[in-house]
Amino acid sequence: MHNAIMTSRAPAAGPPDDGVTDEVRSYLAEALGDAPGPGEDYFATGRVNSLFALQLIVFVEARFGLVVEPEDLDLAHFRTATAIASFVAAKRAATDAAGRR
Amino acid sequence: MTGRPADAAVFLEAVRAGATGWDGARQLPAELIREAGRAGLLAADLPHHYGGAGASASDVGELSARTGGVCSSLRALVTVQGMVAAAVLRWGTAGQRETWLPRFASGEAVAAFAATEPDAGSELAAVRTRIEPAGSQLRVTGRKVWVSFGEIADVVLVLGRLDGAPAAVLVETGRPGLRRRPVRDQLGLRAAHIAHLDLDAVPVPRGNLVAAPGFGLSHVAGTALDHGRYTVAWGCVGLAAACHRLATGHALARVQGGVRLSDHQLVRALLARSFVDLTAAEQLCRRAAALRTAGDPEFLAATVTAKYAAARTADSVSRDAVRIHGSAGCDAGSVVGRFLRDAAVMQIIEGAPEVNEMHIADHVIREHRRTAGGHPGHVPVPSGAVP
Repeated sequence: MHNAIMTSRAPAAGPPDDGVTDEVRSYLAEALGDAPGPGEDYFATGRVNSLFALQLIVFVEARFGLVVEPEDLDLAHFRTATAIASFVAAKRAATDAAGRR
Repeated sequence: MTGRPADAAVFLEAVRAGATGWDGARQLPAELIREAGRAGLLAADLPHHYGGAGASASDVGELSARTGGVCSSLRALVTVQGMVAAAVLRWGTAGQRETWLPRFASGEAVAAFAATEPDAGSELAAVRTRIEPAGSQLRVTGRKVWVSFGEIADVVLVLGRLDGAPAAVLVETGRPGLRRRPVRDQLGLRAAHIAHLDLDAVPVPRGNLVAAPGFGLSHVAGTALDHGRYTVAWGCVGLAAACHRLATGHALARVQGGVRLSDHQLVRALLARSFVDLTAAEQLCRRAAALRTAGDPEFLAATVTAKYAAARTADSVSRDAVRIHGSAGCDAGSVVGRFLRDAAVMQIIEGAPEVNEMHIADHVIREHRRTAGGHPGHVPVPSGAVP
């Protein structure tokens, strides 16, 4: 197993994420050869190249039906599978809130 | 408001006869750029709100092909306006979008994209241009080379580093400290106003940064280059189609020693091979268009694949067209000769073939892992437990 860099957050203890974390890990497994741990920072480990970094954004948009806006472009949202799951949940919550207004 | 695709086709046929002269003069006529904007050729895929035509990927492809069949330098203008417009639309601030996009679509502002440096070509992660905070501003210092339309651009999207992180910044060309050195007599794209740019502590507002530092290469330049590959790919198809049409016409018209060129088996074989390669490249471009329209993440790889095939086809078909034309193809002012020189450059820009192959191989391996389930190369995903 490669040296995974872990975030301080404990992913297993987080709220249920509708399987987003594992879907992201499956997608990354196709590109990287094995699935990164839920908290592995695949940018810091250098496993994601710049071409795939853009593709990952397009995947998140296409798969989870949202638009990544310029202001969403923060590495903290995309550096781990759990971070992406949190980002997706936050975007969905914002969309739901906007829909209720 | 920009024009409809029909306007663009009429415009392109009207200016076709001028292209050889532009190549010879090493420049596009000044009024041509605004006319191209009025005809709807520039950044046509921008939403109407920003002065675009809301054109589909497929429409942009057709426009690029039509332009590529007339003049590669004009197609380079379509490419660079489209590249910078795509990056600003996708990752720019609301202010940047309102300021620049309508001007890109109209041709009122010419855009350029400055990534390549003397020591950073295919490997753009090696760029050394510095973007440094200076009070409320930024200062940009570095050397950029082979910038299409760098000689006349109003604004340049510059890739550099800010605090070590890749960053992209819009630099208006009227700012102090920016020097342009026009490139002359290069192999191809001779009317594309290519220049080297020297930036010496050029001051720009912080608000000119496009996306946060860290995303300048992967996302901002990545979006621009993807769009560029797409229009270059289609432009190459248009170039190859124009060469094939000229070669076929010449072969049918030219009689040597009582035999029509088109009756020689070797000539017929060349025409057949060119037709197959051209059709294959066009279909790869159509596939890229469909994936882009669908928002399928593999559109990035599909676009690299299309560019790779189309650039190679432009090179081979234009080369065969020159051979079929014989000495006429080698003459000064030869249209197929100009297309051959342009095609050589188009192999290299927006990713040389060898770089394309690495990206395409990444795609091949991903697809294999995705579909190989249970076979060698399949990657099981362990449960979410932290290893």
